[in-house]
Order: sequence, then structure tokens, then C-alpha cells
Amino acid sequence: MKAERKMAKAYEPAGRARRFAALVRKESYQVIRDPSSILIAFVLPLVLLFLFGYGVSLDTTRTRVALVVEEATPLTRDLAASFEASRYFSVVTGRDRREFEDDLVLGRVRGILVIPAGFAAEHAAGRHPSVQVIVDGSDPNTANFVQNYAQGAVANWERQRLSEGRTPPPAIAAEQRFWFNPQLTSRNFLVPGSIAIVMTLVGTLLTSLVVAREWERGTMEAMMATPVSAAELLAGKLLPYFVLGLASMTLCVLVAVFLFDVPFRGSVAALYALSATFLMPALGQGLLISAATKNQFLASQLALISAFLPAFLLSGFLFEINSMPTVIQWVTYAVPARYLIPSLQTVFLAGDIWPMFARSIAVMFLIGCMFFALAARSTRKRIG
Amino acid sequence: MSAPATEPGTAPFVRLTAVTKRFGSAPPALDAVAGEIFGGRVTGLVGPDGAGKTTLMRLMTGLMLPDTGTIEVLGYDTGRDPASIQAAIGYMPQRFGLYEDLSVQENLDLYADLRGLPKTERSRTFGELLEFTDLARFTTRLAGKLSGGMKQKLGLACALLRKPRLLLLDEPGVGVDPISRRDLWKMVGNLRAEGIGVVWSTAYLEEAEACDHVFLLDKGRLMFSGPPAEMTGRVEHRVFRLSGIRGRRREALARLLEEEGVVDGVIQGEAIRLVMKPGLSPPLGDTADAADAAVTPPRFEDAFVDMLGGGPGGRSRLAETQREFAEGAGRPVIEARGLTKRFGDFTAADNITFDIPRGEIFGLLGPNGAGKSTTFKMLCGLLKPTAGEGRVAGFDLRRNAPEARNRLGYMAQKFSLYGDLSVIQNFNFFAGVYGLSGARKRERIGLMSEIFDFRTILDMSAKDLPLGLKQRLALACAVLHEPEVLFLDEPTSGVDPITRREFWTHINGLVEKGVTVLVTTHFMDEAEYCDRISLIYRGRSIALGSPDDMKARVASKDLPDPTMEDAFIALIQGSELKEAA
Repeated sequence: MKAERKMAKAYEPAGRARRFAALVRKESYQVIRDPSSILIAFVLPLVLLFLFGYGVSLDTTRTRVALVVEEATPLTRDLAASFEASRYFSVVTGRDRREFEDDLVLGRVRGILVIPAGFAAEHAAGRHPSVQVIVDGSDPNTANFVQNYAQGAVANWERQRLSEGRTPPPAIAAEQRFWFNPQLTSRNFLVPGSIAIVMTLVGTLLTSLVVAREWERGTMEAMMATPVSAAELLAGKLLPYFVLGLASMTLCVLVAVFLFDVPFRGSVAALYALSATFLMPALGQGLLISAATKNQFLASQLALISAFLPAFLLSGFLFEINSMPTVIQWVTYAVPARYLIPSLQTVFLAGDIWPMFARSIAVMFLIGCMFFALAARSTRKRIG
Repeated sequence: MSAPATEPGTAPFVRLTAVTKRFGSAPPALDAVAGEIFGGRVTGLVGPDGAGKTTLMRLMTGLMLPDTGTIEVLGYDTGRDPASIQAAIGYMPQRFGLYEDLSVQENLDLYADLRGLPKTERSRTFGELLEFTDLARFTTRLAGKLSGGMKQKLGLACALLRKPRLLLLDEPGVGVDPISRRDLWKMVGNLRAEGIGVVWSTAYLEEAEACDHVFLLDKGRLMFSGPPAEMTGRVEHRVFRLSGIRGRRREALARLLEEEGVVDGVIQGEAIRLVMKPGLSPPLGDTADAADAAVTPPRFEDAFVDMLGGGPGGRSRLAETQREFAEGAGRPVIEARGLTKRFGDFTAADNITFDIPRGEIFGLLGPNGAGKSTTFKMLCGLLKPTAGEGRVAGFDLRRNAPEARNRLGYMAQKFSLYGDLSVIQNFNFFAGVYGLSGARKRERIGLMSEIFDFRTILDMSAKDLPLGLKQRLALACAVLHEPEVLFLDEPTSGVDPITRREFWTHINGLVEKGVTVLVTTHFMDEAEYCDRISLIYRGRSIALGSPDDMKARVASKDLPDPTMEDAFIALIQGSELKEAA
């Protein structure tokens, strides 16, 4: 018996390689033949990409606002005309802000701009009178934009008057300039960000589903009763979905660059280094979820809640992390997409900034290792 | 450590020492089970669902560890060296462990790689196994597209790739047609001859008789360990076949079961099968129910019921409180006329025709996937037939399905209860569905809880009930509205024989009150409780008649007294010959 065991040990490396190859081959057949894998890995990403490429835009164009000119003077009329001429606003004018309060509440206008009485007098006195901006704070995104653009429009108007020599120069004139995305096209930073979401879908959702399916169909049990080790089982799952995740990412990048004309200023090496590292925590989380639930429905729910939504909401993709409550900001440090998304946006819009990438890669690698350790611990060759 | 011997009678392949396994706070799934399993034998793990068979299998593979006690497989301890065990055994879990989106050949390749079958041996081994399992024609077919019987054979082939010393088969006989099942037994017989130890788990008690050694499990306890003949020997000369029944045989059975000295009894075609206490014989004579009684060879089930202290008696309180349905004039209660259902180019049911008069039990007998459930669903109005028509209690299912459904009680496969609802909530729900309300609802639910003994557990979740109680609850819900027609889909699969007896006592009683019953089953024994059966095979009814009829049809000189299974197999083979001709 002892001799037999030794022989078995001697054959181990070759057997291990062959078992691993067999598992990878099996998994690949399943991916190719299972329409739901193709759906999640290629169709869903494209849908998402098109949604962000065409459907969702965070740019404000022609927002309806109300303009209240409380005191008609040539100066205020001039400012009003400059608002009306702005390509960001479509303006309805009135004399009293109360006329528009209902409209604001009902969302018929997005903001009320008030040029207050005494504006001209203040201006004539050489001070910088202010324009009041009333916005609906329950829609912070739009409120922000209205506020910013209104300020911009006032600044523009002042500049214009200055250049025409009609106003003394202000003490300090702030001038905004956007780097890297000069047109501020939101598509240019949404599309790279959505690639992170896509990889979360493939890495976590799809992986957790396929492993849970093996538990449900009893194939996991049959596998475990063979000489396969738990590590081989896990690795045999990881490799195909790692490749699939990268393939899905590549498709998205091609669509982004060639269809949406998103600039690509960094290197392909940086793109793959970042994406490959990001897939570690994504896949690890998928394995952990499926090992813990062993049920496709639960696994999909958990994957959506613990991976997809955080990648969407807590990664800085749609919402600024800096404007989140402090506690939530802490939580975002555990979201791998938080590290990937700014780096990806940099690769696309700015170029290679390796110190930044190195930091992101290191953190994602650490989170990935943690997930793998947990997944390996819960996928021992035991049932129940 | 010396190599374990392969000869029976020497060192055992498996040694179980006081094995106990619990899940949560439930009673133990296995309770101090001890025993030995030898090579060159087929060892049956026999018992109803929930007896602990699958748990014991998994413990032997090393995929699960016992709470207390030890298991040694082929000389290795399952806790210390599961890898060595897994390298030397073949294991087929309940759903065969096949990848449905891989072809037959790809499944074989996968398991050959995983089990380290050398490349040089492959073509020979594959060839042998494909011939052995008769799958050579289907190597490119996806496993998911195979029939139940073929899946099972492929699962077996995968478990046999690297000739294991111990082969563990978890319920290989479930959902498989009798021909495939018979093939499988033949294959297992060959393996045994090679010295392989085979463990076969089953809820079918008749399969126990084919094993060399039986471990009979019930609720986690080992009830019996030994050759099946030792078990049946305990009731030898105590089993009688009563024929020439006077009057209605179900009434006679109910009376007999209440007699002193009768341990167990079931309907067997036109006859009654009785197990008597030792030394007693069944009452005969001019005033008795039966004219003749002949001693008949005992079955494993007879001995099991005897061991459990006998059946539940013949009285059905359910039937006693049931109102009588008068003999209808003329029209049958259930009619199927050329019922046909096609899904795409697949014909699930093809021109099924039968009539069921009032107070008859009619059985649809056939393997899984034959078309029983499809026929069933068309007759409840759950599925629209592609062609043909069905009538229940005089209502055409195409036009008056709701009226028809109100008159029928339906007990679906695996007991369609709401697991998260409590017993009383299930009652209330079904009462609502069947339109019971007010005093009548309270009265019926009260009656059901009393008859079926639910009063102390009304607040328990249905999913936490033991299988036997679930089955009772499902029956109680199905008859809550006193239906005149009962549809029972695999009503007793997997339940213990006592629960099964109790169930049929109720059904027999209801039938005596004029309730008409349509039942599907793949239990051959259960088919004999029916007045008439229709054999469904590959979507078609290949024979229709009483169980005795069917058996008589296939009786021959070689097989003068065929069992229901013999009859089934012969009739299928006959129909295939006809088709080929």
C-alpha cells in the first residue's frame, strides 16, 4: 500500500496538470454552449455600454429655468439677455419669484434665477452684486449644474462687459478650464467607468452563478468524489472566467474607442494590467458567494447587492465619493471598482500615470487575495 | 498497512463504527449505525426518504464527516485520508453528476482526466463501457438530451472509468424505466463478479430482494442488516393470497385489516394479500370474505411492515365522514378522448383514450418522462391539449375548466404544499382556493385536523414536517372540499410503507363512497391497487386493462406467474416489436 501511495505521489504533477486542463476544457465548452454565459459576458456589457454611450448623459443642455428681473434697468436687461442667449438655459422671464415657486416644485423649471432689486445700483457702486439662484435641492445633480452654469453665465457676462470696457475689472477673476476632457462630454468618463461594471458582471455575477449551478445540479458532489483537489476545482473555474472577463473588457474597449470615439491616450499594457488585477477580487468574490450560498437565486441576489451595486454607486462612477457622508466614504475603500475606475478613466483620457496605477493595482491585489483566501476556506472538499 | 482483501468473507471494504450524524437540532440523520460492507457483493441501503441513505453514502465518500464514530473505507479513515478513498472509489450521486451541456463523449473524457485514466487505456476502456452501457450510438449527443435511463447508464460509466474497488450508487433506480433498471442490475451483477463492492441505495423495497446484503434504515436507525432472505424468512408461511373475494374487495380488505391476527394487507389485483401473525391463518369459509387462501412467497415489504409492528388498520375516518356520491346514470366520471399534446416536434402524449366510471381507481403507469404527468395536467385543465378532449364530472375541460376543477382534488408530485406556511395556513389557503368559507370552512378544517391528527402541530411550518406528515397534509388539503374526483400524482413515492398503507386505506375508503380516483405511479406494486391501469410508454398508451389482465396477457410457460414489472417489460417489448414491424 505504501509503495502504491508513493507512486501515486510521483504521478501527481502530471495528473494535476491533466485534471486542470480537463476542468478548463469542460468549463469552456459550457461557456460556449450556455446562452446565459454569452448573454452576461457579451450582450449585457454591450447593452450597458450603449446605455451609457447614448442614453445617459450628465451634461446639461437647455435646462428650463425661470428668470426673475425684479427691477428693470438697462443693466439687468442686458444680464437677462445674456442668460437668454446662453446655450445651457431656456428661459422664461417674470417680475416676481412667487410666480415660479409652483413651477419649481412641480419640476416645470429646474431653477429660479433672481436678479434682485438694487442690482444695477450695487453694480454702479463698483461692487459685485450677486444673482440669487433658487434650486430644488432634492435633485442635487441638476441643482448643482444650474448653480454652476448660472455662475458661469454671470461670469461670462461680466467678462464680456469688461472686454467692451463698460465695467471696471473685478479684483480677481476666476476662469475655469477643464483638462483632458475639454468638452466635458460625460460619455468620455462614463464609458471607461462602465467597463469596470462590466467586469464585475462577468467576474462576480457569472462566476457565482456557474459555481452555484454545479451545487444545484449535483455535479459538484460528483467532482468532489474524484481525486480532484479543492484548489484544482477553484482554479479550473477561475481561468476560463478570467479569460472571459478580459475578452468582454476588450470588446467594450473596442466599442468605446471606435464607436463612441472615446480617446485612448494610455497604453494597452496599463489597460490589461489594471483589468487583470481587478478581475482577482471580482472572481474571488464570485467564488466566495457561490461557495456560501450553493444556490443560483441567492448567489445572483448577493452578487448584485454586494458587487454590482457598490461598483455602480460607491466607486465614484456616477457619484462623487468626496460628496458622500464620511461613513460611506470609508465603505468605498473596500470596493475594488473604486480603484479601477479612476485609473481606467486616466488610461483613456490622460495617459499612463504609473504611480497611480501601481497603487490601485496593489490595493486590488490585496482585496483579491483576501477573497481567494476566504473562498478557498469555504470550498473545502466537504458537503454540508 | 496491508492491502485490504478483495475476497468476501475476509476484510471488509467499509467498516462503520457507531456512526452518528446530525444536521442542526433535528433528530439524528444517522444514529449509531454500525456494520461492514464487503467486496464482491451488492449491498443495499434500503429505506424510505429521510432514512439516512444519502447521508451514509456521503460519509463513505469522505465528503462529509460523522459527528461521532468512525468510517473506514478500503483501509483508510474518511476523516484522515479522504483523498486516498476518493481515488479508489466510484460514486454516482442522485442526479448522476453529469454535465448536461457536455456530450456523452465529453463527459467520459472529463471523468477520465479527473480520475487519471492513462491515455493508452482510454480507447479500450471507453469501448468496453460504451458497449456495456449500450451508449455507443449516442457519443455525440448532449447528456441533457438523454432519457433518464441513458443518463443513469452514462453516470454509471463515468463512475466506472477507472475500475473502482468500491462503487457507490445513490438511488440509481429512481425515475428510470423498468427495462433500463433491469439492464442496470445486470451490469451491477457483472461488476460484483469481478470482486467490486457495490453499494446501491433505494427507497424501493422490492429492490432489496435483489441485493446480497441489506442495510435497512428507518429514521436514521439501522433496523436490519443481513441477506434479504433472512428478512423475508421471518414472515415465511405467514403471507397469504386470498382469492375469490365475495363482494367488493376494498371493503373486504378494510374488514380483514381490523381482524385479530392480521398484521398487514394490501389489494393485489383481484386478490388480497395478507400477512398474518405467526401460527394464524386467514379466516375462510362460507361467511368469510374470501373463498381461498394460498400461502405465497413473502416479499421484503411484508417483512418490513411486520417489523414495524404491522399496518395501520383498515378504518378510514376520512371515508366515514365523507358524503356518498350516488352511482351516476350512464356517463363515466372521467373521459379522455384522443388526448394529444405536442411540444414543438415532440409528442408528449399521443392519442390517449380512456373512461373511468364512478368509484374506480384508474392508474397511469409508466417511467418518468413517458407522458403520465402531461396526460394528467390535460385532464385537470392545467394544460391545453393539442388535440382531443377531456371531461371531468361531466364538464368539458376546454369550456368549463373552472367548474371541473372545483369538483376535483389534486395532490401533486412531491406534495404541493406551501413550505413556509404553517399547517393551519395551508388549510386556510386551500379552503380559500376551493371556495369554502364560514361555518363550512371551520367545520372541514376542524375535521381534517382531527382525522389526520394535526391539532397539536397546526402552527408548524409545512416544510419542517416529516415526509409522512407532509404527505398526510397534502391529502387533507386535496380532499378539504369533498371532491368527487381525486387526482393523485405519484402520491406515495419515497414514503415509508406504513404511511403508504395509511394513505391507501383512506383512498380505498373514499372510493367505496363513490369518489373516482386517477393516480399516476411508477411503483409496480402500487399499480396493483388500481382497478384498471393504462401503461404509458413514450407518450402512448400501450396497454389498458386490469392488473390481473395485464399479467395474464404476458404469462407463459417460462413465466407462469409474472409480476407487474414482468408484465410491464413484456408489454413494452411487444409494442416495440410491433412498431418495428
